[in-house]
Amino acid sequence: MRIMAQVCMVMNIDKCIGCHTCTVTCKQTWTNRPGTEYVYFNNVETKPGLGYPARYEDQEQWKGGWELDRKGRLRLRGGSRLKRLATIFYNPDLPTIDDYHDPFTYDYASLITAPAGTKAPSVSARSALTGREMVPNWGTNWEDDLAGAPERALADPNIVAMAEKVKLDFESVFMFYLPRICEHCLNPSCVASCPSGAMYKREEDGIVLVDQDRCRGWRFCVSGCPYKKVYFNHRTGKAEKCTLCFPRIEAGLPTICSETCPGRLRYLGLVLYDADAVTAAAATPDPEDLYEAQLQVFLDPSDPAVAAEAERQGIAHDWIAAAKRSPAYALIVRHRVALPLHPEYRTMPMVWYVPPLSPVADVTATAGYDETSPDAIFATIDALRIPIEYLANLFTAGRIGPVRDALRRLAMVRTVMRANQLGQAPTVDPGDVGMTEADAEDLFRLLAIARYEDRYVVPPAHAENAGRLLAQHSLGGCSLDDEGGPGMGGAGPAGEAVPGFHLRGEEGADGQVTRRDDKGRVHLRVTETSLSPPGPQASGPSI
Amino acid sequence: MSGVSGFELFLWVILPYLALATFVIGHIWRYRYDQFGWTSRSTQLQEKRWLKWGSPIFHYGTFAAIGGHVIGILIPESWTHAIGIPEVAYRWFSAGAGTLAAVLVIVGVVILAGRRLFVTRVRATTSPVDWLALILLAIVIVMGIAETVGVGLLGGGYDYRESVALWFRGLFVGNPDVRAIAHAPLIYQVHATAAWAVIAVWPFSRLVHAWSYPVWYLWRPFVVYRSRVAARPNEPGTSGRRWRKIGTPY
Repeated sequence: MRIMAQVCMVMNIDKCIGCHTCTVTCKQTWTNRPGTEYVYFNNVETKPGLGYPARYEDQEQWKGGWELDRKGRLRLRGGSRLKRLATIFYNPDLPTIDDYHDPFTYDYASLITAPAGTKAPSVSARSALTGREMVPNWGTNWEDDLAGAPERALADPNIVAMAEKVKLDFESVFMFYLPRICEHCLNPSCVASCPSGAMYKREEDGIVLVDQDRCRGWRFCVSGCPYKKVYFNHRTGKAEKCTLCFPRIEAGLPTICSETCPGRLRYLGLVLYDADAVTAAAATPDPEDLYEAQLQVFLDPSDPAVAAEAERQGIAHDWIAAAKRSPAYALIVRHRVALPLHPEYRTMPMVWYVPPLSPVADVTATAGYDETSPDAIFATIDALRIPIEYLANLFTAGRIGPVRDALRRLAMVRTVMRANQLGQAPTVDPGDVGMTEADAEDLFRLLAIARYEDRYVVPPAHAENAGRLLAQHSLGGCSLDDEGGPGMGGAGPAGEAVPGFHLRGEEGADGQVTRRDDKGRVHLRVTETSLSPPGPQASGPSI
Repeated sequence: MSGVSGFELFLWVILPYLALATFVIGHIWRYRYDQFGWTSRSTQLQEKRWLKWGSPIFHYGTFAAIGGHVIGILIPESWTHAIGIPEVAYRWFSAGAGTLAAVLVIVGVVILAGRRLFVTRVRATTSPVDWLALILLAIVIVMGIAETVGVGLLGGGYDYRESVALWFRGLFVGNPDVRAIAHAPLIYQVHATAAWAVIAVWPFSRLVHAWSYPVWYLWRPFVVYRSRVAARPNEPGTSGRRWRKIGTPY
């Protein structure tokens, strides 16, 4: 047994209002550079819908992820290594820019320099690739809120996979948002696809990264990733992907998409897993069993034997302690309300989702039932084949049971808490869905009122040795601070060890820390989770 | 060396050695200081319909052409005689296989150059050194095809193994036969000179991706793990070619 730690994210879809704040802050942090105009490390999709790039979920077309060969062994869907090396001159499975969208901007200067006159000046879109005028006809948010759904959304691969014909009438439609980042998989097919060995999974925290200096632009990672979350920078000729904001994670801070989410729907925590068991679990014959198989790979940090073995294998004590408090582990394993996105790709994704109960409750109300009655909701959960089947195609490779159980638990939490609030005797037994009342309250706390330090349990990286190395180089600085880099112009004394990060600032009366850099700009206000003990005063949410 | 003008000396001795020196030193410099710029700089994202045909045809054609050069230029004529290959057989093989390679290369390069010229998205990505490398390659290819098809297949033939090859091999033992190349037909001379120019430009263009063909991929484990280590800072005075400022041309 080889125990490894993984920083894992869980998103509670029910709370997503589709505001794209995560997308915007991510874009401003990481991809506001030429060559990455079309790159969204984080994007929010409306489901049902085609997604970004269009129909990325259809692996018959794009050949991402893994499949089993006739002997039941894992192999890359994109073909053998030899085939890749022979066809390296042209990648048949690579999306073109039109599958994402031709990035466009506007010639704003012409508005300012327009001559005085009665007509209001206007500008048309210009392609960022060619500088020529263009007409945008597809893009990352093109189908926001089901825009164009009657024409397009039936091509959603999750709908195509359904037996029943789906009608997308306004009366009967269901809809939710799906925020997506890189899955930082346990069995990453992008890493396996990279012929240069430039992509790697970090041993300490499982973050999957691209070494920009070793990438040679062969592009197999882009087609190898079934989630299409590795992008090709058309300016630098290198692959780039979501970094899980590793500089923040190393400092014990949540990712920028989590930090800025107004709905507070994201959770970050450690999950311990057995690295030796990953390949066998990913090769589970029936795709519908993959969700359970992945759960079996995770280890319970509260188990003293696991904790002792983890410590023996070199995982730091505070990391094991953080794993015990991990909200991700609680939602995924203890409460079983979070589900993986497309486990059938066999990559063992590590960004999980609490499926949305609200669309189901809405349909219950539309159908004339009392949406506050658990019996009605339970009946609807079972009767509503279409949304359930759709969710199952997203989260459990088509197996309806786990989705239904998760939804029933979420409905049970609502019922139990409503009864508690109103001082009524509960009308249903949490035991029906395999919970106790304490479980329901715990889940309620986690999903509804969890505070900053409960949602993000990220232990700072142990960078003692790396920090010493860095400090020896008086020239050392942040590698992102280069000219034009994402950290361009940011402060940060040379050689400062990572744990301090951007947190050494003036501490306000509310326990929050503000930092001004040398240009007088105020950075995001963050709670000093890594330096102060969690407590009511020192831990107010930071947004 | 009697009967050899200064210009000939420059063209057939100094230029090759300059090009080779630039090639070697340029690659060392680029590898140390510009790992970030070391890429195939693919444009498949922008255009894939033409690339699908042009790129494989061009690359495989080029491999065939390089193989032909190894056989024809690097292997001495005496060796092929020694293993009993008659001159006529060699010449027909040279013209036939050479023509096949030439057709592949020319079809490939026409498609690739065409898309680079006429597909706006691709043209916008092309840097000046790309244009330079492309023009030089075009000269080398056109001259090479004229030699193989025009002289070797359709014309009377020309025994380059008795002239050009002697000079070329001589370069690597420090004794180039300048008169042999100086009296060769003009197309052979232009072909060779443009080839030296390509060699000199090579380390500074995207052609460096040729040395990164990832054969190691066949043996390495699928999933690569790496431990977190502090990044080494760039060496002084070489900020590296990192992400560029908005609006900077290619």
